[in-house]
Amino acid sequence: MATSPTSPASDAGDIKAVPVRHYGRWLFALIVLVFVASLLSSAIRNDNFKWDVVGDYLFADRVLRGLWLTIWLSTVAVVLGIALGTLLAVMRLSDNPVLRWVSLAYIWFFRGTPVYVQLLGWSFIGALYSTISFGVPFGGPVLVSANGNDLITPITAAILGLGLNLAAYQAEIVRAGLLSVDEGQVESAKALGMTGAQSMRRIVLPQAMRVIIPPTGNQAIDMLKTSSLVATIGVADLLYSVQLIYAQNYQQVPLLVAACIWYLLMTSILSIGQYYLERHYAAGNVRELPPTPLQRARARAASVRFGGPGNPG
Amino acid sequence: MIRFDAVTKRYPDGTVAVDSLELTAASGQITVLVGPSGCGKTTSLRMINRMIEPTSGTIWLDDTDTASMATHELRRQIGYVIQHAGLFPHRTIVDNIATVPFLLGTDKKEARKTALELLERVGLPPHFAKRYPAQLSGGQQQRVGVARALAADPPVMLMDEPFSAVDPVVREQLQDEFLRLQQELGKTIVFVTHDIDEAIKLGDQVAVLRVGGHLAQLASPVELLSRPIDAFVAGFVGRDRGYRALGFTTAGTLSTRGEPTVTLGAAIPKGTDTDTWLLVVDAQQAPQGWLDLGADFTGHETVSDELLYRGGTLATQGGTLRAALDACLSSPSGRGVVVDDGGALIGSVTAREVLELIEARETERQP
Ligand SMILES: Nc1ncnc2c1ncn2[C@@H]1O[C@H](COP(=O)(O)OP(=O)(O)OP(=O)(O)O)[C@@H](O)[C@H]1O
Ligand SMILES: [Mg+2]
Repeated sequence: MATSPTSPASDAGDIKAVPVRHYGRWLFALIVLVFVASLLSSAIRNDNFKWDVVGDYLFADRVLRGLWLTIWLSTVAVVLGIALGTLLAVMRLSDNPVLRWVSLAYIWFFRGTPVYVQLLGWSFIGALYSTISFGVPFGGPVLVSANGNDLITPITAAILGLGLNLAAYQAEIVRAGLLSVDEGQVESAKALGMTGAQSMRRIVLPQAMRVIIPPTGNQAIDMLKTSSLVATIGVADLLYSVQLIYAQNYQQVPLLVAACIWYLLMTSILSIGQYYLERHYAAGNVRELPPTPLQRARARAASVRFGGPGNPG
Repeated sequence: MIRFDAVTKRYPDGTVAVDSLELTAASGQITVLVGPSGCGKTTSLRMINRMIEPTSGTIWLDDTDTASMATHELRRQIGYVIQHAGLFPHRTIVDNIATVPFLLGTDKKEARKTALELLERVGLPPHFAKRYPAQLSGGQQQRVGVARALAADPPVMLMDEPFSAVDPVVREQLQDEFLRLQQELGKTIVFVTHDIDEAIKLGDQVAVLRVGGHLAQLASPVELLSRPIDAFVAGFVGRDRGYRALGFTTAGTLSTRGEPTVTLGAAIPKGTDTDTWLLVVDAQQAPQGWLDLGADFTGHETVSDELLYRGGTLATQGGTLRAALDACLSSPSGRGVVVDDGGALIGSVTAREVLELIEARETERQP
């Protein structure tokens, strides 16, 4: 509805400016605070959590070994997933129909079946193929050959299961990122004499990163937790390690709490990394970036030292 | 030198964008392609660096058939300024300009130093170097686009309506700077525009294309204005082409008469009743505007800025007939002010005198 010239806005000069008091907002915040505080104190004071046991096991050898395995297993799986996913995305956007279809079929299969089943599948591969060999198909010479069970250890199965599944999702993330880059950019790159690979690496990918990074961060954080599925194929990651411990001492709750503390710590570190990575690739974006917490702290310190007006917020 | 030899482009849907084009763009000169929208200008331009492949015919770059070269090799020898600049938003201005040197593996420091020089060349301050394209205005981005195309010092430049996205004042400025640059650099340039004024101002030769991709006329700007080959070209060149052609004829030395003046800040003289307009100059004898002696000066003792009529343009001694005539027509007194190269007053001429000069030129030219 259009405002008519006689709208009350013309009387605005008479209105006294009184800051609006958000009584409702304050009340709601108070209720939430009380609720959170009681929840925390109930957890801290509840003896069933056995915080002393949590403390004992947090840095236990077996827990730390499990933690280390979770860290490097997730890292390898994420690196494999990102590399393969990027390749699949480029294949899907290629002019070559064979590459396009292979990529499509891959994504169809690995997104369409549960990751749990894929993990089990890789661990059974020794049973399915007693020897695994690479060579010219249909009776050609065999180049490399190995016993299925020797080649696919539980760890290898875990890496393949997690990494190959991630790649299918990552392919779609990267594809969306590549498609988000303006076509004129490829034109410009070509006109300046870049080859296809150069324009992809120097122009398109860096710009696509802005779209790719947030969901990729999600994937990495997710992988830390999804990797706990490898317990089912007998790989002693963080979760499986604490499970093995409480199978003996029956201290389920404190050990699970200890594991969660480590998971939270790792995901927090990843989130911070993601924040700075996003800022790095936001260079040249139209919107001004807000200062990082570090920059803010520094600005505040400087304003205190020089007695300046300071940086609000 | 770029030579189109019977070049035709037929798009897959059957559109013939360019029809057996024969055209030579001479080395060190600006060749402008001009014509109505959709006549195949961009298509012709992009066939030179093979962003579009011709359906038939050959394009020669000096003595090489462009079809025989690797596309990326070809394109690195040819600067291309794209409409709307086409800068890379994730790279700083200096890195945008240095794109091609980086590609060629030039030392980064060296490449950035050259880029900074180019930034200055196209008239941008050095502190823009660290900015990103989004932090520049459209006109500034266009300049960066030109600088980027120049960075590899290519012998050939292709420019597709590089000055179209800016207002007339900035466009004029960019055109002047472009001409100044070209005088220094002497590149072989193919320039696309749909603006006939721009074509005439910039071109050493102008190719007028008609819809369907036919070359209607290839001529120097003067010839195009004075002898359009047919009704289409005449219509495209415009109705006031006679007046514009004067822009290519020097007036020679104008015989001026002395003009009485008053200096800015001096007392207002009493008006003589024969003439109410008096020319105002500053201490350096540079004309500032006209004073209407018939006006009411209550409240004013001296000749001050706000009393001046500043409408008139100035003609330079040795300038064009068009500038001389325009000075007369735009002056409130009817007398055109003529100055020397330093901007100091020489005297004035009337429109009648300039017209007599034009007529004398015409009879001179007729056998
Ligand atoms: N990819 C394409 N497929 C089919 N037809 C095309 C294609 N690109 C251009 N055309 C047609 O070719 C003709 C010439 O196009 P071109 O872009 O060269 O025009 P132009 O002279 O640059 O026009 P403008 O001044 O509007 O930019 C037009 O009729 C256009 O519709
Ligand atoms: Mg065009």
